[in-house]
Amino acid sequence: MFFQVLFRVLGSSDLWQATLQFAALLVLPALAGVISERSGVVNIAMEGMMLTGAYVGVMSALATNNVFVGVLGAMIAGGVMALIHAVVSINFHANQIVSGLAVNIAALGLTNYLLLVQTNGQGVPHLVNALRLPIVTWGPLANIPFLGPVLFQQNIIFYVAIVILIATQFILFRTNVGLRIRAVGEHPQAADTAGVNVRLVRYLCVIAGGFLSGLAGAFLAMGIAGIFNSNMTAGAGYIALAAVIFGKYNPLGAGGACLIFGLGEALSTRLQDTGISPNLLSTLPYILTIIALVGLVGRTIPPAADGIPYDPGSE
Amino acid sequence: MQESTMVEPTKAQSSPIAVEMRNITKTWPGVVANDHVDLIVRRGEIHALVGENGAGKTTLMNILYGLIHPDSGEIFVNGQRAHITGPRDAIHLGIGMVHQHFMLIPPLTVAENIVLGHEPGSPASVYDVKKSRELILQISKQYGLPIDPDTRVEKLSVGLQQRVEILKVLYRAADILIMDEPTGVLTPQETFELFGVLRGLVAQGKTIIFITHKLREVLELTDRVTVLRRGKNAGELITRETNQAEIARLMVGREVLLRVNKTPAHPGPVVLHVEDVHAQDDRGLEILHGVSFDVRAGEILGIAGVEGNGQSELVEALTGMRKITSGKITLTEVEDGQAVRTYDVTTMDAKAERRAGLAHIPEDRRGSGLVLTDSIADNMILGRANWPQFTWRGFVLLLKRILNWARKLILEFDIRTSSAEAPARSLSGGNQQKIIIAREFSANPMALIAAQPTRGVDIGAIEFIHRRIIEQRDAGKAVLLVSAELDEIRSLSDRIAVMYEGKIVDIVSPDATEEQLGILMTGGHL
Repeated sequence: MFFQVLFRVLGSSDLWQATLQFAALLVLPALAGVISERSGVVNIAMEGMMLTGAYVGVMSALATNNVFVGVLGAMIAGGVMALIHAVVSINFHANQIVSGLAVNIAALGLTNYLLLVQTNGQGVPHLVNALRLPIVTWGPLANIPFLGPVLFQQNIIFYVAIVILIATQFILFRTNVGLRIRAVGEHPQAADTAGVNVRLVRYLCVIAGGFLSGLAGAFLAMGIAGIFNSNMTAGAGYIALAAVIFGKYNPLGAGGACLIFGLGEALSTRLQDTGISPNLLSTLPYILTIIALVGLVGRTIPPAADGIPYDPGSE
Repeated sequence: MQESTMVEPTKAQSSPIAVEMRNITKTWPGVVANDHVDLIVRRGEIHALVGENGAGKTTLMNILYGLIHPDSGEIFVNGQRAHITGPRDAIHLGIGMVHQHFMLIPPLTVAENIVLGHEPGSPASVYDVKKSRELILQISKQYGLPIDPDTRVEKLSVGLQQRVEILKVLYRAADILIMDEPTGVLTPQETFELFGVLRGLVAQGKTIIFITHKLREVLELTDRVTVLRRGKNAGELITRETNQAEIARLMVGREVLLRVNKTPAHPGPVVLHVEDVHAQDDRGLEILHGVSFDVRAGEILGIAGVEGNGQSELVEALTGMRKITSGKITLTEVEDGQAVRTYDVTTMDAKAERRAGLAHIPEDRRGSGLVLTDSIADNMILGRANWPQFTWRGFVLLLKRILNWARKLILEFDIRTSSAEAPARSLSGGNQQKIIIAREFSANPMALIAAQPTRGVDIGAIEFIHRRIIEQRDAGKAVLLVSAELDEIRSLSDRIAVMYEGKIVDIVSPDATEEQLGILMTGGHL
């Protein structure tokens, strides 16, 4: 019975459309993680940056009645949360995992509080269609059976995410900037003596990650859901972190991992009527996360100086 | 000094000044690293900057290179006042630094490491593999430093990695090269090649500042010497007009015996007997192919050899840290010149061997000799923490007794520290080594195995350690000395065993010349 439903679901283009959508949602914070860790800063704050981005995105879109302002606001909000993590980790040499966690907790509390204040406890802010991030349909391409809706009828941010994914891979491995980023992450002292501004590189990478996570937040709230709900990211930022490790700190690898996690998420909502408890099903993506982290963290080698604050005077 | 390794010094007496550092002061909390230090380096010379560990030479050069900012003082480069806020400024002024611990990024290629920070094109552009390769091959040819730009640095030998560091500096058009203790990681052959390279660079107009604590190299290579002691200037010398003893005296502040006085040995019965020992290395390949020798009571047997011929594994086998595949090792207790009891220690582990009377100064003091985060007192009783004089019933530590014991040893061995409870890592290398020596010698062992006992240790402490080792020998202990420093072996040993490719090729008297030892060490026969 279960397998019948499973195969039926796997054969539907609706599942794969949802898979790609979730994957796109995850890949943005995953890229944030990759960029940050490649420069040597452990970043688990994608969750908080996304959530803040989602909130600010919705609120600023409503306030100005402009969807672009919303997206911009979301990105800036993500950037600000990232800046906090950056200052604490890079300038004050704090434990980067603690710092990231702190950002996540703060984001949750902050958004919940502001939500309460804003709505006076009367429901959640809704976005009218005009203020939502639209789905882009590529004309006749969307009519191709099965692949059509999967590839050519996705939210605009999906396509943006693909472009960013390719750009990140290219920049990181084919440009001088990317070389410097990777050098800083492996051996910041060597990069420093070679004349690279280690601090600046790390700041820029973490903040760039903030922009990407904020954008993901906008995608979630303004594109997929159309509302802002308390804790609506529901751990997606942590799944993105697992994708970073699963993908061996490579943009393309992380993208692949996001596809797998996206599939898990999409399946969990579509296998409801197989008799398996829906609660159990909804744990699927998180179980995949744990398996990935437990199975691969030991074996995947992060950049050599990842997580170690850079102290120029030390030897 | 060997005539064959002497290289013609340059004459740069009256050439213009390349670098002048005036009145440089830098303090860290509690320590004055540089105290109104002056340095004058002339263009086209090889200038040695010497001093003990902690004298301030690396700090001074880090200031010149912009990694550290001085509290006060001025720097002039080629006559112009210079404001160096970071390596970029220093590079801009033509100063390049080859660090003691290489600043290379292992997973990146030679080319990527060399051009990092100064890549062809703008930072935002695509990394130009071809252009980089071209530029590097060009420099490589100009200075006679062949290298493959596309190899990953992690695959290169240490000597080649250093070559990449030098190319890095040359790529950035450095005219003034700072070399920080470059020979510590090189074989004698690589060192000889390096000196040739440096002479070649000077011939092309470069200036070199050479930080070292190896006096012999100073005399072989350099034109002038600046000596630092405890953060202050201690003297400026012209190399050709000085000698090792004078430089050592300026470094330490008193006369230093470079060659220890010892009376002739009176060897007694055999204490350590090693018979046809075979052992494998960490990769499972046989590294000891039947090592045999004896060490008698009251003598020092030195094992000479280029590192990597099995010496480390031999020491591990003898001290119970490595299983041997065949052979026999025995330890004989000697009393009043007579052999009393023989223990077969072939299969004993380290703990049992120590109890049987074998003391060991490990070559890696930070890794296997000390627990750096523990206090000095705790390190003093390492391995003996359950002995009756330190514990009640074998498991409750008697802290006061341990502290008193430690304090006694600190005085006796002149260990420079503020307190017996200070963490071991707060001590200098030489003093850390003294902790190990104090611990091992005070256990009154029958046999002592000292592996690289003065590696990384200052001249003043070296003298002390050598004297103590001779003392042990004079008290009737059997001492096995394993060292890569030929001078040390020749000055301390009563007999020298040369090790090559996992075997003892010959045992000679310490009167053997360096030439003869060199032949044996590289597999030849006398």
